[in-house]
Amino acid sequence: MGTSYTPPTNPDWWREPIERTELLWIVISFAWCLFMFGWMIAWHWIGNQNMNNEAYKTTVEVYTKKVDDQLAKYTVRKDEASGDDVVAPPPGSDVYLLGMQWQWRPILELKKGQTYRLHLSSKDVVHGFSLQPENINFQAYPGYEQVINITPNKSGTFSIACGEYCGGVDAMGHHTMLGRIYVKE
Amino acid sequence: MSEPTTSSEKRHVMQLVLDDNMLMLFLAITVPTVFYTLWGIMEVITIPMAK
Amino acid sequence: MATTTMSEFRVDPVSGLKINRTANTLVKVNAFAAIVFLLVGGLFGIGVALTRMPGVQLLKPELFYMFLTAHGIVALMVWIIFFEMAVLYFLGAHLLGNRLATPRLAWTQFWLMIIGAAITAVAILQGNSSVMMTSYVPLQAAPHFYLGLILFAVGALIGCFVFLGTLVVAKEEKTYTGSLPLVVFGGVTATVIAIFTIASGALILIPTFLWSLGLISQIDPMMYRVIWWAFGHSSQQINVVTHISIWYLIASLVFGAKPMSEKVSRGAFLLYILFLQLGSVHHLLADPGLSSAWKIFNTSYMLYLAVLASMIHGLTVPGSIEVAQRKKGLDTGLFTWLRKAPWGNPVFSGMFMSLIGFGFIGGITGVVMSVEQINMIIHNTMYLPGHFHGTVVSGTTMAFMAVTYYLIPVVFQRKIALGAIAKLQPYVFSIGGAIFAISLMGAGTLGVQRRHADISFAGQPLAYEYPEIAKGLMSFGEIGGIVMALGATMFIIVVLASIFTGERIAEDAKPWPKVEDADVVFEKTGKKHVGTGGFEAPGTFVLAMVLFVTLVLYYFINFKYLSSVWSMS
Repeated sequence: MGTSYTPPTNPDWWREPIERTELLWIVISFAWCLFMFGWMIAWHWIGNQNMNNEAYKTTVEVYTKKVDDQLAKYTVRKDEASGDDVVAPPPGSDVYLLGMQWQWRPILELKKGQTYRLHLSSKDVVHGFSLQPENINFQAYPGYEQVINITPNKSGTFSIACGEYCGGVDAMGHHTMLGRIYVKE
Repeated sequence: MSEPTTSSEKRHVMQLVLDDNMLMLFLAITVPTVFYTLWGIMEVITIPMAK
Repeated sequence: MATTTMSEFRVDPVSGLKINRTANTLVKVNAFAAIVFLLVGGLFGIGVALTRMPGVQLLKPELFYMFLTAHGIVALMVWIIFFEMAVLYFLGAHLLGNRLATPRLAWTQFWLMIIGAAITAVAILQGNSSVMMTSYVPLQAAPHFYLGLILFAVGALIGCFVFLGTLVVAKEEKTYTGSLPLVVFGGVTATVIAIFTIASGALILIPTFLWSLGLISQIDPMMYRVIWWAFGHSSQQINVVTHISIWYLIASLVFGAKPMSEKVSRGAFLLYILFLQLGSVHHLLADPGLSSAWKIFNTSYMLYLAVLASMIHGLTVPGSIEVAQRKKGLDTGLFTWLRKAPWGNPVFSGMFMSLIGFGFIGGITGVVMSVEQINMIIHNTMYLPGHFHGTVVSGTTMAFMAVTYYLIPVVFQRKIALGAIAKLQPYVFSIGGAIFAISLMGAGTLGVQRRHADISFAGQPLAYEYPEIAKGLMSFGEIGGIVMALGATMFIIVVLASIFTGERIAEDAKPWPKVEDADVVFEKTGKKHVGTGGFEAPGTFVLAMVLFVTLVLYYFINFKYLSSVWSMS
């Protein structure tokens, strides 16, 4: 007797035994919960795709200077499609990418199988780094600099779209914000 | 304060806990405030300055 | 003054509940406001859907961003929170045969929420506040955008305290004995989570309002997101708790079922109270500088204990239905109880579609996408809108619609008009929602970014072209979106037709036949056990295992996919 919308008929309901269907389901579910928790931690050692959460507070001026220094040092050519500068920093080096309304700059040229320290930050509002077609996504903030050690495992042309709404009008905006990474063999 | 039945003395402690709405309110505020909000704010505050 | 006291309450012929008239009015106005806002939110949603369809692209980008902001706020916050206020008052007053504490404050709740929603709506429609529901700083909206949200939230907060006060009244006036009914305890769970949620919202929106007025020079964008999500995500947890309470309610109303175990169900609600709100971190997993310790602890709701709670509710609700059905004589085979359920009754079919939709679409994907590492290949893609339409549309909104079919005769004292449409409505809405959610998640897996007015990057020298299949999924998904909108329209038509033209149910009408208590029926049969092999609900267990296997497979498929992308450390 009883319903879910009337008080429990047994005044001492906590001491009622649990029926077998429920009990077994709780055991199975809880075991899976523990597994998922452990697996997420374990992936930091057994997996190759993790964030190291290395980050710094910065300012737009300081970060923009790093991007400009990189442009001065490693610019190799103008991009055929857009005419923007393409930089090719040496493997293992720090690579600075800046999101702004509404582009990612500069265009990067990397080598397959080499590791780079990719820095991400924003000049104005919150942006999202979204590497396509790999579909790797990070957040980019003004005033913060995030560092991810990336190792491209494929060569080709990769696009960076914006994953975080960053304003816009008809002609341009969040939906036109793009950047590019070339990965050479 | 007398309860309607004397047997309520013997209620399981978990039943008394679950019947206490104010305790539920307290838990619902403190647990996420400590583990999510305060800990999270500390994480943001302790991000070092870029060189 | 016997006559006055008598007229404060009426005994409802439909439900048998002792209903306080003032409380009833407040349930009515909140539910009605909710449904009007559902209509408004849905209309903006249609604009969004028709723009996202490659080949249609109805709205120009600027208008699209305005529509998307309006759709998010109206559909995700205004409709749902108004309805939740109606549900809370119903639980605290109607179910307990109680009056509402401080009706005057309840009216303050209602008007503050109306005024707040209106002010924010005006701000959005003026065009300078297309900052999305999330309004991340330093993107700035007009000051009254934030002011309206603050007033709306204060209204909701008042409603929460009116509910808690109403429970105090019930206890003092002894309108019930022992523990609160399970469904009302679910309401308590939703309310205490709501209070944390709204406090977090105030903590961040008030400074942001002052910043928009120029009184504060800057707001740290990361701090904003950390605190905003304690509000933004937790508000969705209120929905989960509320719609699960509604599942329990409907199981009892339709089948005369009782909870399989009060201990298990209430324990699961306690796990929600303790850990559900930690899920706010799901939005910050791709953010810089937040340690993995903080991310893992919170994203897993501490050892996935809130996921465990959801898995428990997912079993116990259909389980209680199965047990009731078996006790009423459908004790053969695994699924006879389900096959012979009243699929033509939208109260039940809506609730069951909500259960399936929330479990299989919203639930499974939510667990997988919130894994710290999996998030990197999902964060801010179209997968997100896919997922949360699985929770908020297929789960919460569907459950709210289902319970509305029950509330119309009880609260509005009208019979359901256009019964044939009502019968069909849960299926149209759910199927549309499922197509929408699954297709958008597919497109998101293939990289399509959310909140883009034009996914073709038309005219850009660095344009990227998404795979054809992704564009196809967007078209297909948005067709599902239109079907979903059709389902919502059917609902609104039925509701409006019922409350304005439906046949009146007189106060002194003959009581409607009561659904028989499954245990009472069972006692008459003289049998001792139901089910097989010592399992009272074997069919539900099999269904639960189907969910479990789907979850496990989907979890590893995503890790397999993750392991193929660039290495990152």
